[in-house]
Amino acid sequence: MTMKNSQNTAVLDPALANDEQPFVCEAPNDMKKSESWADNIKYLIVGVLFGIVFVKAEIISWFRIQEMFRLQSFHMYGVIGSAVVVGLISVQLIKRFNIKTLAGETVEFHPKKFQKGQVYGGLIFGLGWAITGACPGPLFAQIGSGYMVVIVTLLSAIAGTWTYGYFRDRLPN
Amino acid sequence: MEQLFEIIRKPWPWYVAGPLIGLTVPTLLLIGNKSFGISSSLRHVCAACLPANIPFFKYNWKNEIWNLVFVLGVFFGGMIATLFLANPDTFQLSESTIADLSAFGITDFSGLMPADLFSTEVLFSAKGFIFFVLGGFMVGFGTRYAGGCTSGHAIMGLSTLQLPSLIATCCFMVGGFAMTHLILPYIFKLF
Repeated sequence: MTMKNSQNTAVLDPALANDEQPFVCEAPNDMKKSESWADNIKYLIVGVLFGIVFVKAEIISWFRIQEMFRLQSFHMYGVIGSAVVVGLISVQLIKRFNIKTLAGETVEFHPKKFQKGQVYGGLIFGLGWAITGACPGPLFAQIGSGYMVVIVTLLSAIAGTWTYGYFRDRLPN
Repeated sequence: MEQLFEIIRKPWPWYVAGPLIGLTVPTLLLIGNKSFGISSSLRHVCAACLPANIPFFKYNWKNEIWNLVFVLGVFFGGMIATLFLANPDTFQLSESTIADLSAFGITDFSGLMPADLFSTEVLFSAKGFIFFVLGGFMVGFGTRYAGGCTSGHAIMGLSTLQLPSLIATCCFMVGGFAMTHLILPYIFKLF
C-alpha cells in the first residue's frame, strides 16, 4: 500500500492516526508550497463565481432536478454534459503540454480505485438528491439564496457524513 | 452595459453554465493544484468540529481549508446572484413537470424551490423530516460512502476518465430515478 492510500492505512495502523499522517482525500490539496490566509482568497473568488453560475443556471432549483429525473428537460443534462466535455479537454491540455500551476508545480491527478461504496453510496446519494433537490454544492448556494430551511438539510448532510465515518469499517467497501 | 446586465439577469442557458462549471476543474488545478470536489467539505467540517477519535476524521484538515473557503464562496455567490442578479421574469418550468408535481399537491411554481415544501412550517412536520433531515442525511452519507458527489465524481472524475466515477455517476442517476418515480409518489401520499 502506497502513501497515497494513507486514508486506508490509517485505519489499519493506529500509529499513523495522528495529525501528521499523510492524507489524501477525494478533493485533495496537492500544493507542496504552503499557503497563507490571503492565498485562500483565490478559492473564495472561484467559489463565488461558481455559486453565481449555480443560481443563474437554476441548478439549485428543486424543480430543475425533478425535471431532470423525469426526463422532461434537457437543461441539467446539457449543463453536466458540457461541463464534463470542457473539464475533459482542459485536463487533456494540462497533461499534453505539462502545464504547471501558478506556483510552478506539476498538476497532480489521482487515479480512483473501484470500491463497492461507489455503488451503494452512489445509490443512497441519488435517492437523497431527488428528494432534497440538491447535491452538496447547491446546498450552500441555496442557503446563500435565502432558503434558510436548507440549513437543516446541510446539518443533516454533515451528520450523515459523520455517521459514515463512524460505521466505515463495518460497511462493505 | 445596461443591456449586458439585462442578459446576465436572465436565466443562463446550459451551454453557458456547463462550460463555466467545467472550467472550474482547470482553474482549481492551475491556481493551487486542487482537485475539484465539494462533498469533501462536509468531511472537513466533521474533522474540524467533531473528530471523536474516528480514524476517518483524524487528518490534518487545516491543509484542506481551501475547500471550506471554496464552499463559503459558493454560499456568497448564491447570495450575490439572488440579491443583485435576480431573474426579472417568472420561473419557467416544463408543462409536463408542472402537471406531474401538481398531482402530488404542489401548487406554487413561481420560485426556484416549491414554497409548498421549503417553508419553516413544513420543516417542523413529518414531511419536513423526510425532505430535509432524511434527505440531507442520505446526501451526506451517500456522497462520502461513494467518495464524491456530482462535482468530484461526475465532473472531476469523468474529466479525468475514471471508470469508478462513471460507475458512481450512473448510480447517482439510478438512485435519483428510483426516488422520483418509485418512492416519491408514496411519500407525497403520506401527507
